[in-house]
Amino acid sequence: MLQSKTFVKKTRAGRVQKVVREHYLRDDISCGAASCSTCGAVEHPLSADAAAILVVDTNVVLHQIDLLENPAIDDVVLLSVVLDEVKNKNLAVFNRIKALCSNKARRFFVFTNEHHRDTYVKEMVGESPNDRNDRAIRVATRWYQSHLGENVKVLLITNDRDNKRKAIEEGINAETVESYVRSLAQPGLLDLVVVSTSGDVTMEDVEDLRPSKKKVIYSEHKPMSEITAGLRCGIYHQGKLRVNRYNPFEAYVGSESIGDEIVIHGRSNMNRAFDGDIVAVELLPQDQWHESKSFIADDDEDDEEDVHLAPNSADDAPRKANPTQSTAASSADSVSSRPVGRVVGIIKRNWNSYCGSLEPMPMPAGSGGVAHALFVSKDRRIPKIRIQTRQLGNLLDKRIIVAVDSWDVLSRYPSGHYVVLIENDINTRPFSTQVLACLPPLPWTLSPEDLANPNRQDLRHVRVFSVDPPGCRDIDDALHCTPLPNGNFEVGVHIADVTNFVHPGTPLDEEASQRGTSVYLVGQRIDMLPKPLTEDVCSLRADVERLAFSVIWEMTPHADIISTRYTKSVIKSCAAMSYVEAQARMDDSRLVDPLTVDLRNLNSLAKIMRHRRCERGALTLASAEVKFEIDSETHDPLDIGIYQIREANQMIEEFMLAANISVAEKILKHFPLCSLLRRHPSPTKEMLEPLLRTASSVGLNLDVSSSKALAESLDNAKNDDPYFNKLIRILATRCMTQAVYFCSGDLTFSEYYHYGLAASLYTHFTSPIRRYADVIVHRLLAAALEIAKLPPLFQDGPQLTGVADNLNYRHRNAQMASRASVELHTLIYFRTRPMDTEARIVKIKANGFIVFVPKFGIEGPIYLTPKGDKGGDWVVDEVHQRVTKPGTNVSYAVLQTVMIHMEVVEPQPHRPKLQLTLI
Amino acid sequence: MEYVNPLTGFRVDGRRPNEMRQLKGEVGVVARADGSALFEMGNTRVIAAVYGPREVQNKGQQVNSKDALVRCEYRMADFSTGDRRRKPKGDRRSTEISLVIRQTMEASILTHLMPRSQIDIFVQVLQADGGTRAACINAATLALADAGIPMRDIVTSCSAGYLCSTPLLDLNYIEDSAGGPDVTVGFLTKMDKVTLLQMDAKLPMDTFETVMDLAIEGCKAIANYIREVLLENTRRLECQRG
Repeated sequence: MLQSKTFVKKTRAGRVQKVVREHYLRDDISCGAASCSTCGAVEHPLSADAAAILVVDTNVVLHQIDLLENPAIDDVVLLSVVLDEVKNKNLAVFNRIKALCSNKARRFFVFTNEHHRDTYVKEMVGESPNDRNDRAIRVATRWYQSHLGENVKVLLITNDRDNKRKAIEEGINAETVESYVRSLAQPGLLDLVVVSTSGDVTMEDVEDLRPSKKKVIYSEHKPMSEITAGLRCGIYHQGKLRVNRYNPFEAYVGSESIGDEIVIHGRSNMNRAFDGDIVAVELLPQDQWHESKSFIADDDEDDEEDVHLAPNSADDAPRKANPTQSTAASSADSVSSRPVGRVVGIIKRNWNSYCGSLEPMPMPAGSGGVAHALFVSKDRRIPKIRIQTRQLGNLLDKRIIVAVDSWDVLSRYPSGHYVVLIENDINTRPFSTQVLACLPPLPWTLSPEDLANPNRQDLRHVRVFSVDPPGCRDIDDALHCTPLPNGNFEVGVHIADVTNFVHPGTPLDEEASQRGTSVYLVGQRIDMLPKPLTEDVCSLRADVERLAFSVIWEMTPHADIISTRYTKSVIKSCAAMSYVEAQARMDDSRLVDPLTVDLRNLNSLAKIMRHRRCERGALTLASAEVKFEIDSETHDPLDIGIYQIREANQMIEEFMLAANISVAEKILKHFPLCSLLRRHPSPTKEMLEPLLRTASSVGLNLDVSSSKALAESLDNAKNDDPYFNKLIRILATRCMTQAVYFCSGDLTFSEYYHYGLAASLYTHFTSPIRRYADVIVHRLLAAALEIAKLPPLFQDGPQLTGVADNLNYRHRNAQMASRASVELHTLIYFRTRPMDTEARIVKIKANGFIVFVPKFGIEGPIYLTPKGDKGGDWVVDEVHQRVTKPGTNVSYAVLQTVMIHMEVVEPQPHRPKLQLTLI
Repeated sequence: MEYVNPLTGFRVDGRRPNEMRQLKGEVGVVARADGSALFEMGNTRVIAAVYGPREVQNKGQQVNSKDALVRCEYRMADFSTGDRRRKPKGDRRSTEISLVIRQTMEASILTHLMPRSQIDIFVQVLQADGGTRAACINAATLALADAGIPMRDIVTSCSAGYLCSTPLLDLNYIEDSAGGPDVTVGFLTKMDKVTLLQMDAKLPMDTFETVMDLAIEGCKAIANYIREVLLENTRRLECQRG
């Protein structure tokens, strides 16, 4: 084995330091081709009968990743130099290409050219790193060609003209992406090819085509060196750009350097930045600071607000710059308004794929040719995207996903290319065969080995039952409650033993970990685990023997926990009830059968526990959950209403909370550094500000010093209006952030606190069928009981943190999806049923107010003035949250009840929306 | 960071997980010392000088008169790391490493053959790139052998770590500072005995065993190399005598 060293110099930020690293060159790296006899590797990802072996350069990977993901492209060699560059430039693309390389079904091979004796290239004097890497790619391509001999064609794919020319001079086969795809003769593929506009072969054609349109719309981005220099001396400010969800022409950049948010008005000031980009911002002179909304009229799109579902927490709620405040400030001509700036450069792009549809347009004459179309994203924060397609007829009126490629100064809209066609429905990937192979043989029955397992307690004789929403198929929790001779109760919570079937490291486990959670849509569910597990093997259905993980307490009749025991078990549920059924049983005083008695005992314990929890300061928060009745044939909603919460729900909830807390204590005791817990950060003063303002305007004083104080003042918030208390609670809930998963080693103990539940420790244990976090916690608990070994994941702190972050992300996405689904169904429902209803004002704005419709849990704007007329003759009273028309006694105050009319209108195709008008 | 590339299985510097860095050993580099050696593991370069056995200089240090007194001083040269900084003498770290080296060497030196005498081992790190502790022990072994001090066996040392769920042999500086566990083993090859085992992190028992086994494999390989260097040196001396 040949080893040699080279020295790499590297400077670090601030001090210049010489770093010397070893770099071993080897002669034992295989080329990965099946036709190669010299390397003698075991695995040959590249097939022997490939028409050509493709070597791609960095820009091809970065820009044509969608093309590479298409199964028509195969036998690709990825050089390590290319992968490194891709990783540095765009992590999202890197992850996609990494997934491609590790996919056994695809023939992609990673060749470590940087460590191969024959392909290592030393930087020459005066050569830029880019040129060096290009040369390394060419050297590796040539090596492949000479290594594999003349029988195999090795093709370098590059869009860089210079690189291609040099390659051909050196006797390497080189082609551009477009010409290669053309040679494959698959017209559909050509749409995936990104036509790049900078320094490319096709550039001249484009310019020739539309010379008249050549008008600079945006100012040029500043070069990176200038930006870093500007950032350092404080002229520019760096931050993440967030576009207002309501008004795509307004954006905010949270800047640490000035400690405030910089407002950016209009597309030209945003200067081609997308939502989520890290940008450099220059502040405008202060006299331009309060031209708050004048830019909006410049553009041709409307800037209305949509009616949407009432948000459940501060994270869901769209960010508002509080236009009331800024307009009020500007009229008063004070300088208190926020800094206004413009984007001078983009430090990191956050270009993603976006879902939406094409703007309707007439079909061009020759349907086979290339057509330009404008894509309108579903997300209003995203500008229209120009795409080129050869299959326009196919794509019109369909939901499609489009990726953004570039946006130059000459074009009003960014250009992109279409990726996937989604027809009508959400793309719910079925589980792969590898995943399904991990399932236990079906039909599954309890095996004697499970019973013989000394760690598994046989609880089949115990009267276990479950209470769930009606129609629930994935039952993951069950309870029992047995009176003990000493007057105490033995209470058990039994959770489906998912980890008995989902073993760490299997494809099934990885898939579940990726999905993170099941997604509940109206009338539909996207599972985290395959259906046989979800609905049969793991589901704790009635009258079948199932494996469970149990937490068993001994409790006094005053609900004091005397002892806690954790065990794997076998149970046989005697009844799977719905909440309604359970409630009916408890309420029916004639029933005295054992099951009902158990229910009543549990209920009385739960009431004490609930009371105690509230005393500790747990918040009873409210959210308006909506329930649909769906037509079984058309899947159209028949009726909607607010989900009703019964005592039975609260009873189950109480025991689940108790089980979660008990488990959290146990796992933290055993694994103080690597437990997965859930915390709910205390809301800051600023977050509670809107709530306090609203409350004080109706003469209510809320004490927010602690969760206990808040809970008490919420309890006292009552007046003659029966819905008032709930409304205040809904507003309070909205000020909170969401609870998040975290790894216990990352934070200190005081930060573990769960504000909403007023619990010092909390985790998720009770729903392993639909949440991956619970699966992790099950494994931790099993390891704590020394039943199973701790999987390697937990020994790697950063990795566990990564899993927790992914879970948080998935969890949020799932919630967004269910909200979107509910919104969609609300829309379908009101399409055929315009109606008048009662609504409550929750927020006063400059030209109207936001109303909340309690009956349907939706929220939306009502305009007092016609569109375009800003402010008008209405005067906003900030302190009292009231808007009045001077000269009349017409006024609207926050929390006031109004009658509204709801109707679906469709101002733009494929973007129907619910319009609310005041009656 | 990926310390082991999941697609190719190579480490950052192009090694496989179970490969050591390039070794280089040279005997007799300090003429005035009784024995001396230079030892390299990749970019880690260490020089060791041995004085003794000689009369005990400070009688107060002598614990018993039946055994030789072994003393060791470990120092890092000011220029050994990227940023040149004056290193204070006798800081916690170097005191600890001095002690570790002394104990490891003492275990293999036949001290009872040299009563009322002392052996001084000076090790200095010329260039640090991870695994200085192991390199120092190897250098000290070579220097002791060069000084002709009777030893039970050749003590060699090697480190191993556990990153990206893979046991890695002979960590370099980047891998060492990744925050993972770092197991340093000192090993007597012929006697098949472990004389030094250090780890300041937590690792599950079964993983620890595989990591330790890997480190022991490394020690064995180093022992082979050191034996070769010594044989080569002896052959050279033989030639010189004629």
